Amino acid sequence: MTDYSRRDFLKYSGLASASLLMPRFLKAFQGNPAVPAGNKTLVVIQMSGGNDGLNTVVPFKNDDYYKLRPTIAVPDTKILTLNSELGLNPVMTAMKGLYDDGSMAIINNVGYPNPDRSHFRSMDIWQSASDADKYLQTGWLGRYLDNECSGCAGYSAIEADDTLSFAMKGEKRKGMAISDPKRLYQDTQRKIFKDMSADYMATQHGNSELDFLYKTQADTISSADFIYQKYNSYHSTTDYPQGEFGKNLKNIAELIVSGLDTRVYYVSIGSFDTHVGQKNRQEKLLKELSDGLGAFVKDLKQNDKFKDVLVMTFSEFGRRVKQNGSAGTDHGTANNMFLIGGSLNKKGIYNDSANLADLDEGDLKYQIDFRSVYATVLNRWLKADDSKILGAQFNYVDVV
Amino acid sequence: MLTNQKKIQHLYLRAGFMPKASVMQSLANSSIQDAVKQLFTDSNSIASLQSGDESEISVKEKDLSEAERKEFRMKRAMGVRRLNEEWMNQLISTDAVLREKMTLFWHGHFACRSPFGFYARGLNNAMRENALGNFGDLLKAVSKSPAMLAFLNNQQNRKQSPNENFAREVMELFTLGRGNYTEDDIKNAARAFTGWRFKLNGDFDFKEEQHDEGVKTFLGKTGNFNGDDILNIILQDPEVSRYITKKVYRYFVNEEVDENICAELAQSFAKDYDIGKLMNKILTSDWFYDEKNVGTKIKSPVELIVNMQRAVPVKFKIPDVVLYAQKVLGEVLFMPPNVAGWPGGRDWIDSSTLMFRLAIPGFVYNQAEVFIRPKENPDEAEHRMMQDEEMQEERQQKMMGRLEASVDWASFIGAFANVDDTKLYNAITEYLIQTPSPEFKQDVISKYIVKDTRETFVRSLTTTLMSVPEYQMC
Repeated sequence: MTDYSRRDFLKYSGLASASLLMPRFLKAFQGNPAVPAGNKTLVVIQMSGGNDGLNTVVPFKNDDYYKLRPTIAVPDTKILTLNSELGLNPVMTAMKGLYDDGSMAIINNVGYPNPDRSHFRSMDIWQSASDADKYLQTGWLGRYLDNECSGCAGYSAIEADDTLSFAMKGEKRKGMAISDPKRLYQDTQRKIFKDMSADYMATQHGNSELDFLYKTQADTISSADFIYQKYNSYHSTTDYPQGEFGKNLKNIAELIVSGLDTRVYYVSIGSFDTHVGQKNRQEKLLKELSDGLGAFVKDLKQNDKFKDVLVMTFSEFGRRVKQNGSAGTDHGTANNMFLIGGSLNKKGIYNDSANLADLDEGDLKYQIDFRSVYATVLNRWLKADDSKILGAQFNYVDVV
Repeated sequence: MLTNQKKIQHLYLRAGFMPKASVMQSLANSSIQDAVKQLFTDSNSIASLQSGDESEISVKEKDLSEAERKEFRMKRAMGVRRLNEEWMNQLISTDAVLREKMTLFWHGHFACRSPFGFYARGLNNAMRENALGNFGDLLKAVSKSPAMLAFLNNQQNRKQSPNENFAREVMELFTLGRGNYTEDDIKNAARAFTGWRFKLNGDFDFKEEQHDEGVKTFLGKTGNFNGDDILNIILQDPEVSRYITKKVYRYFVNEEVDENICAELAQSFAKDYDIGKLMNKILTSDWFYDEKNVGTKIKSPVELIVNMQRAVPVKFKIPDVVLYAQKVLGEVLFMPPNVAGWPGGRDWIDSSTLMFRLAIPGFVYNQAEVFIRPKENPDEAEHRMMQDEEMQEERQQKMMGRLEASVDWASFIGAFANVDDTKLYNAITEYLIQTPSPEFKQDVISKYIVKDTRETFVRSLTTTLMSVPEYQMC
C-alpha cells in the first residue's frame, strides 16, 4: 500500500460522513481480497462489424455454399477439418488446436427473432440482450454487476480499451475500461484528485449526484492503484501476436494470473465489416483472433488458470449467404459463437450448421437465441440469476 | 442561501447555456422575472441549420458503380459530421439559448439517426421551429419527417405487410409511455400509418394504394382511422401530458421527480400543449430555485463542452476535436444510442469518462497529451476501410498528442477587470462552480494556482476549477 492510500484509507475510515463510501474503499484497500478458490472468470470477445461466420466455420460439403459464393468460398482442400461437414478457416490453426484438445465448443446458428441488419442497432441488441423491438438502457454484463456484485470492487468487470462498452454498464454499477494499467495508474494518481477527495470527504453534503462523482473518482483511484500493483506481480513470457488485440489479451492474462478478483473481462477485435475484398481482411483478423487465443490459453494453462476461465465470442450479425459484387458480403443474420475453456461440459460442435437451402430472403434462419448462450454462461459459469438479469428464462445450451 | 447570481446562472445553465463571464457580470443583479423574460425574447429568433447537401439524396445507390458508391457513402457520412459541427458551433455562440436547449431536449426525446445529413437537418430544424410551440404540432412534424419515417421503418409499413416499429415507438417513447396502450392498439395504429412515406426530396407523401382503409379500433375508439387520426386520439389522452412534463422536469429541474409539482404542471399543459408556457411556468416558479435543484445535475457531455467554450472561447486547429470529445464522453449529436435516446444523469459517468472529463481542461488549456481513443462507430469503420492505410494513420495521429488550440483568455480575464484582486478568487469560483462556493476550497485549490501575475492567476485558477468534480455539476 502506498503512503497516500494508507493515509486516505485511515482518514475515510474514521469519518461518519464517508460511511456511504466505506464498503468499497475498505474492499479496495484491504490489499488482497483473496480470490475464492475456483473463482470463475468470463472473457467476452466482441468481433465488431459483423463477422462472416460461414467463412469462419466452413460448411465444406455444402453445394449451396459454393454456388452462392463462387469466388470467396473457402476451398474444401484448404479447410481445417472439424468433422465430416465443417472445417475452420485455414488461418485458424491455433483454434483448431484448441478444438482438437477439447478446449473449444462451437454453437452454430445463433441469433434472435426479427433480426436487425444495422450495425449499431444489432450491436445494441446483443449488448443489452433485449428483444429486437425493445430498448434497454443497461448492458447485460452491467446488469450482472447490479444483481450479483453490489459489494464488489470497481474492477469486478474490466474492458481492455480506453472507453467502456454499453454491455458493461449497469444501472448502479459499471465495469472499468483499462487499456494500460500503468497509464491508468499514472493518470489517476494526480495530487489534486487526492486533495479534493480528502477535502470532500471531510465535509457534509446533501448532493447525491456530486457524492456519486466523488465516489466514482475515489473508486477509480483506488482500483487503479490496486490493479497496477497486481499487474506488476506477474509478467507473461508467452508470445502473443503483434497488435492491439494480442496486447489486450496479454494484459487480461496477466491480470487473471496475478489473482485479481475480476469476474468479467471484455475485449474487441475488428472491424469485420467486409463488404469489399473480404478474404484478406477477414483472414488477417481471424488469424489475429486465433493466434491470440492460442497464446492466451497456453499462458493460462502454464499458470493452472485455464480451468477457471471461459472465453465467449460474438459478433453483432453474420453475413449474407450470397456474396456481393465486390468479392465481399453484406450484412446478414445468424452466426456462430465460440466457447473456449478448460472446463467445458460438451466439447466440439454443439449443433448442426445452418441450412443453406432454407433461407429467409437470402439470410440464415437462427436456431438458438443468443440469450440462451448468455443465460448458460450467467447461470452455469458465473452462478448468477440469469432470468433476473435477462428479464426472461431462456433455455440453456448444454456446453458449460 | 443562494446568491442572486447563482439563481440566474441556474436559470441559464438549465434552460440554456452559460452566458459569457462579461455578460454574467451585468445579469447578476437582474430579477428572475426579468431574466426569464430576456431568455424568451432572445429565443424568438430561429436559426435553422444549413449543413447537409441536398445533392446527396438525389442519388440512387443502385445506379452507381462500386467506386462511385464508395465516394458517395464517404461524402454522405461527411454530411452528418458537418451538421454535428455546425450545431455545436451554434450552441456555443447562440443567444437563443432557451430555444437551442429545448431543441437539444427534443433531439434526445425524438431520438433519431439518419445517414443523410439533409434529412437529419430537416428533422432538427423542425424541432427547433416547434421547440417552444405546440407539442401536437411538434409531434406531427417529427412523425412526418423523412428521417424519422425511415428510422422507424415506416417506408416498409404497407397494407399487405404492416411494420409496427413506427406505431410502437410513437406511443412507447414519444407520447404515452409503456403501460398505457395494448399490443392491439399498436397493431391497429400500424395499420393506420400504412402509406405514410416520403419523397426523395424529403416531402411527406401519402401513398393511398399502400394504405389500409379498413376499420380500426384504437385506444377504445373505432373508425376508419388514418395516421393523423391516430396522433389526434393519442393527444387527447391525459397520459401524454403526464409523460412529457415528467420528462421535462427530469431534464430541466431534477432527476428525482416531485409528483405533486408534476401533476400540477401536467394538468395545465394538457389544456393547450403550449411548451413555451410550460417552460415559463417552471422557470418562474420558486421551487425551480430551491437549493436541492441547484448544482445537483450532472452536465451532459454536450453541456460540459459547450459551457466550457462559452466561458473561455477556444478555436481548435482541427474542428474534429469537438466530435472526438463527444465520442469519448458518450454523446454524439445526431447519433443517439437508439430511439430511446441518451439515458443521461449518472449514466454519463464511468471511471474512464469521469477521468476524461476531469482531464479536458488540461488538454485544452495546458496542452497536456491526449491519448484516449474512442470506440469506432461501425459505419465509420466501413468508411475508414475504404481509405488507404496512410490516410487512416494520419487521422489517428491527428487526435492523439497535443491539441493545437488558440484560447481566448483575454476576453475571459477582461470580464473580471473591475474586480479587486482580493475578490478575484470568489468572483471566478462564483461564476464557474454552481455548488455552494464562497471561499470554495480555497485552501486546497490555492496550491495549484500560479500567482505571478493576474493573468497567470486567472488562467491557473480557471483551469484548476474546471478540473474538479464540482465543475461537472450544473
